[in-house]
Amino acid sequence: MSTSVADRRSRGLIWFTTSFVVLWIFIAAGPFIWTVWGSFKVQPDFFSKTDWRNALYGVMTTAQTGSAFTGDGYYGAWVEQAFWRNTINTGIVVFFTVVISLTLGTLGGYALARSGFRYAFWLLMAGLVFRAMPHITLVSGYLLPFFEWNVWGKLSTTIIVLVAINQPFTLWMLHSFFLNIPKDMDESAMVDGCTRFQAFRHVIIPVMWPGVITTGLFSFLLAYNDFAVTAVLLSSENQTMVPRINSFLGTVRETGDVMFAVAAVVSSMIPLFFLVLFFQRQIVSGLTAGAVKG
Amino acid sequence: MKHRTFFWFILPSLAAMFFFIALPIVSVAVQSLFVEHEQIMTEVENCGPFKCETVLQVDNEATAALREEAPLGRFNGLGTYTNRKHLAFEQVGVAWNETETFGEFMSELINLPFYKALFFTLTYTAVVTPFVIFLGLGVALAVNTLPRAVKGPTIFVSLLPMIVTPLIGALILFWMVDADGIIGATLQKIFNDPNLSLKASTPLTWMMLIVYGIWSSTPFSFIVFYAGLQTVPKETLEAAKIDGASRWQSIRYVVVPYMMPLVVFITLMQLMDNFRVFEPIISFSASAKATSLSWIIFNDLRGGDIQLFGSAGATSILTILGVAILLTPVLIRTWRDFNRKRA
Amino acid sequence: MTLMKSFAAGAVAALMATAAYAECEISSGNVNVLANDFPALKAITGTAAECASGGATISANHNKDFRNITVQALTPNPAEYTSVIVANSSIVPLLNEGLLRPLDDLVAKHGQGIPKNQLITIDGKIMAIAFMANAQHLFLRQDVLDQVGKSAPASWEEVVETAQAIKDAGIMDHPFAFLSMSDWNLGEEFVNMYLGHGGEFFKPGTAEPAINNEQGIATLNMLKELVALSNPDFLTYNTATVVPIWKSGDIAIAQLWGSSGGELLSGEGAEEGVAENTVLVGAPTVAGGSTPASSLWWDGFTIAKNISDEDAEATFLAMMHGTSEKMVTANNDAAVWLMESYVPGPAAAGVAATATAGAEPYPMLPYMGLLHQAVFEELPDFLQGNESAEKTLADIEAAYTAAAKEAGYL
Repeated sequence: MSTSVADRRSRGLIWFTTSFVVLWIFIAAGPFIWTVWGSFKVQPDFFSKTDWRNALYGVMTTAQTGSAFTGDGYYGAWVEQAFWRNTINTGIVVFFTVVISLTLGTLGGYALARSGFRYAFWLLMAGLVFRAMPHITLVSGYLLPFFEWNVWGKLSTTIIVLVAINQPFTLWMLHSFFLNIPKDMDESAMVDGCTRFQAFRHVIIPVMWPGVITTGLFSFLLAYNDFAVTAVLLSSENQTMVPRINSFLGTVRETGDVMFAVAAVVSSMIPLFFLVLFFQRQIVSGLTAGAVKG
Repeated sequence: MKHRTFFWFILPSLAAMFFFIALPIVSVAVQSLFVEHEQIMTEVENCGPFKCETVLQVDNEATAALREEAPLGRFNGLGTYTNRKHLAFEQVGVAWNETETFGEFMSELINLPFYKALFFTLTYTAVVTPFVIFLGLGVALAVNTLPRAVKGPTIFVSLLPMIVTPLIGALILFWMVDADGIIGATLQKIFNDPNLSLKASTPLTWMMLIVYGIWSSTPFSFIVFYAGLQTVPKETLEAAKIDGASRWQSIRYVVVPYMMPLVVFITLMQLMDNFRVFEPIISFSASAKATSLSWIIFNDLRGGDIQLFGSAGATSILTILGVAILLTPVLIRTWRDFNRKRA
Repeated sequence: MTLMKSFAAGAVAALMATAAYAECEISSGNVNVLANDFPALKAITGTAAECASGGATISANHNKDFRNITVQALTPNPAEYTSVIVANSSIVPLLNEGLLRPLDDLVAKHGQGIPKNQLITIDGKIMAIAFMANAQHLFLRQDVLDQVGKSAPASWEEVVETAQAIKDAGIMDHPFAFLSMSDWNLGEEFVNMYLGHGGEFFKPGTAEPAINNEQGIATLNMLKELVALSNPDFLTYNTATVVPIWKSGDIAIAQLWGSSGGELLSGEGAEEGVAENTVLVGAPTVAGGSTPASSLWWDGFTIAKNISDEDAEATFLAMMHGTSEKMVTANNDAAVWLMESYVPGPAAAGVAATATAGAEPYPMLPYMGLLHQAVFEELPDFLQGNESAEKTLADIEAAYTAAAKEAGYL
């Protein structure tokens, strides 16, 4: 009967979707697996001009280090170049950027979602225009005032800039999330005599976590991967990971230590692994509650 | 919500955006209307480790006096916007008058830096955006049918292209597509052409950049769509099934309409991000074959020793205008939705 | 010539090291150095930091994008940095804005031992102390040249001939490479080749461009002949790309920075037989000219104008120690140093030969950077065969004129 038709169809479909997913996984993860594998080789193998298969067998790695795998890249980055300092800087920048972004974003996003006035829409639009501004122009404009106020090079300055640059996206996402929390919830609390802020605190905060975590993940990625802002606004002792990795790549007149960069990239991915695995469920449930009615 | 309460809730967020984005945008816009003072130069003798020579050097005192009078520089109106580095009205006019065919005119136009960049930027945006949306939706639908046990790891792996630092992600891919790299060498084998090089030919470079763009942005649309799929009410799907809808029909007529708001959100963000495409051009060293508006800004500010703020400012304002034009249809839709909600 | 003398005098000078370098106790003042990020400069700032004692602080910021922030960092009073380590191109914006302090008084007081060729003087005022030299010159594979029976090319025409011979002999498909990435690198190749043709970049006494001429066309044609012998990917070739290819033994002739010499001679990570056969010679001449088609570069330290005299003096002393004999002895092969205590090694041969042959220094003009940029923006069209040499030169001049008008030079 009809069920057997559906089943037959879905068997073909399952076959199709499975191979599609496998192909996608291969495309998505392939370069990454290649990098992890290559990070244990020497540069003439991983970036071989002779034969790319050298990266598989580690011909030069064996010749240079006596074994087909080497931890030289990791040793160089972490011990010689003290990459751990940059890790700490990134930790500080990311933590405060995410916390401050979300605090400002939830308040603002909530207000935008609950205000029925036209200016709320225009504020959102203005946010979009703000987001369209190329970061590099913004950052170049900051330089002179920052030097004059003597705040250049500090982690706190960078954090504030990242928060500001991130606000339009955060507001959009959280605003659409709050739209999905029924108005009745906080309004009934206000009928009971709560102020708006009390209603927000006691009624909204407990239910908003999924959306906040999802938005937080995007803020996290932005702060973690940022190059345009951090490369220009931080002095070398305060440098975060990405500009530091870039500095491993050499200058116009000198070659760099590309393998240090590769090892550093692989290491910098490890926290992201755990983060995504840990928050995966929240990301999904958060977005579910949020952006759908955008 | 009362105006007053609204104001206090939004104040911190607004203040951050005002001081760090709105004010700089205004100052950039103002700056783009000015050009530097005339540099007063004198002939001096320079000596270095290699030899002495007589050259022109900026007379600092005289220039400082000029700057004291008018700190912003000389007012130039929209002159910077219409010069050869930007909209190039004069050169376009000449090209229009002097070329016979439309093809010739186009090739003259593409020779101008702004139009060359705009051409690639628009192509990139137009190709990458729909691909990202369809591919993201496809992956989300496929992952959604997987058994629970493998779902988690698959989602994680699917996010990888988005979470690798673009700077390095692109660098490694750049080596993989090198004629001696794993992908480049494989392509040479497949097409049986030992001289095939993705880096040497313009169309192939464009394709490479576009494929990279799709690769790195698909995870974003995937995760948003996947989340959205979880909210499609099961009952509606069941009802569709009972009515005899095929799987394809239920996707087409039930799931997709339900996802429309998400499509709007992703389109908005993708149009904006793709229009500002920049990192892959640098990482793939592709600027000889493909430039974008953001690359022009980068080049004005970082390309050489002298920073051209006015020029970069003008390109930035033009970028914002470009984004605004691209987003107009989406924004009109959002405006209607907003009004409907108010009603 | 002075450069060469200093090389020869190196060994002698090492014996009679001046006392001025030895004293280095800075008890007060702030020293903060902004510099590019490579080992030779880190050796200098690292040595300079030894001087800190008592209340003085000595720190350094090494950033490979340092030139993006120099002007803004030195503009406020007090400036963020007391010293910037510059090259002959990156000093220009600081001079244009008048942000550097003349060093005559400090040199008179503490720097009597500095040889004259290290002093960068502008209009009679010392604005920087140079300490290292660099230039692009030829790197050759002796074994490959022997196979085709050619000697080291002395002109670019011979380079083309030799490379063609190597290609025809089937030894290599793309025997030649230079730093032709379509960014600042490509501009530098144009500047080098144009200097070799004896061209003038600007009309005398003005900032008007003057490259659309015979020499300009000859320059472009020579560059095109060269890229034909290079890999089709040549527009992506910078130091980081070419050095590994050289090590893998796939190139026989390359024009690279002298600072790559040490790495290529050491043979680390190279295929067998490559490093042993790597020979460094001076940059070739072109079109029958006598000056090498290369430009000479120096790196030196400057002192910011907007700082106190105390900080300026402390900075000068620290940097003097940073560039002292002690640092040179410990890092002799890290660069081609200009100090008298330097003992030139094999890695310096190419730079020395290029300088001795009379190569021109890179023009230290206020508007040179704008022309350099216009060149690399427009040149790829020609090298890819999309337009004629005349059209490209006209485009370069048009692009430069637009930028120079905005910057106030025209």
